[in-house]
Amino acid sequence: MTIMNSLLAPHNFPGKLIIVEGIDGSGKSTQLQLALRYLQAKGLPVFFTEWNSADLVKTITKRGKKKMSLTPMTFSLLHATDFAHRLVHNILPPLKAGMIVLADRYIYTAFARDVVRGCQRDWVRRVYGFAPRPDRAFYFNVPIDVSVSRLLSGRAKLKDYEAGMDLGLAPDLISSFKLFQGRILDEYSKITAECGLTEIDATQSIGEQQQHVRNLIDETLEDYRASAVSIEGRIKTVNDGI
Amino acid sequence: MASESHANSQFRYMGHAMPYLPREGCTGKLIVIEGTDGCGRSTQAVMLKDWLEVQGYAVIDTGWTRSKLVGKAITDAKEGHSLHRLTYCLMYATDLADRMEYQIIPALRSGFIVLADRYIYTLLARGVARDADKQWLRDLFSFAVHPDLVFYLQLGVEDLVPRVLEAGKMNYWESGLDMNWGDDLYDSFVAYQTELIQQFNELSEEFGFHCVDARQDPRAIQRQLRRAVTGYLDSCNYSAAGRLSTER
Repeated sequence: MTIMNSLLAPHNFPGKLIIVEGIDGSGKSTQLQLALRYLQAKGLPVFFTEWNSADLVKTITKRGKKKMSLTPMTFSLLHATDFAHRLVHNILPPLKAGMIVLADRYIYTAFARDVVRGCQRDWVRRVYGFAPRPDRAFYFNVPIDVSVSRLLSGRAKLKDYEAGMDLGLAPDLISSFKLFQGRILDEYSKITAECGLTEIDATQSIGEQQQHVRNLIDETLEDYRASAVSIEGRIKTVNDGI
Repeated sequence: MASESHANSQFRYMGHAMPYLPREGCTGKLIVIEGTDGCGRSTQAVMLKDWLEVQGYAVIDTGWTRSKLVGKAITDAKEGHSLHRLTYCLMYATDLADRMEYQIIPALRSGFIVLADRYIYTLLARGVARDADKQWLRDLFSFAVHPDLVFYLQLGVEDLVPRVLEAGKMNYWESGLDMNWGDDLYDSFVAYQTELIQQFNELSEEFGFHCVDARQDPRAIQRQLRRAVTGYLDSCNYSAAGRLSTER
């Protein structure tokens, strides 16, 4: 299977794009936050972005979920719309400005989730063909039981759509979550091989994982030159805090 | 995605299917009327629907931004001029997917004639005019049901411009002002509509549209549409469930 357009080759922007993927409870956000601190402390110009719905589609998704009228296709396309909005507003500008963009979740989230919901694998890849290829994509691989126990200790309630309740896999949230996220894990392992994601064993300690992540980020940034303008600005803010 | 002859008129998608929907039993027909602004498309669609219903065919009509899910959101976003070409195309694709699943496919399954005032070709043309990748657009809209018949109401830019001006419809989007081709509304409008016509003409070649000269009298156009529809429905032995006897 071929991936279209910009996903095929490295991008030509002066910045760097580093992204994390993984199911809920894999610890990917924690790891990305620590990487952010690391790069900021080095005085590098970093831009952090996460896949939170933009206003443009937030209200639609909310209404659709409430009425349970979202179908696998409209669910997928709404998220693609949302992603495009995020790309244009939050990812491309800092990339063009030569910054290091750290993205919590990227297109692979959609590759996994939309296929599990019933969309065609090839179609979903083509729809996201406009996205630039990341310079480094981490996949935090975690067994379902570990993720569930992390989630349940951390927050009170799983949400319907994260548990895939709309698919009618199981009558209760936790069983449904396990079945749904289990299928997502299977998709992620296919994607990891196909799209060249870097797999991190997310059962390791936070420190061990972060060491690994930082080493790989250093490698990715070997040929990176921050532009003078943005570096000066950043160092100034870092020094102000001391 | 080349168009096939009338003879094997089976339900099919443009490309990628919606895999979780059954394909069986979609005995209805999808008839599309395409054309640029000001070609008289909507008038013709209304007249055709009336006529088909008099003939005893059950008809539902559909068109862009009529989905419950995102129809209003698209209108609102266009109001605020806040759509990038990617989000523009993806929002329209969402609108179509919603109508496909809740309106078009159910109607086809019930043996209706679905009459679409504009279809994916409008978005293919608008997308290319906005510099979106041609292949990407085709892939994006490949979940659309393949129409049985596509009419293209063809108009040159020299006929189109006065019509749209007369109707007072030369607005921001129909002038392609989102593409910054110039700050003159009129110049941008002409450049944009010229590009759209060019795209429609290419699509017509590729997909084998049934071209109708839109400069004719509306009644003459309607007669042509009716003749072609009758010819098509007869050729595939289509008769709607409960169709009336139509001897007049």
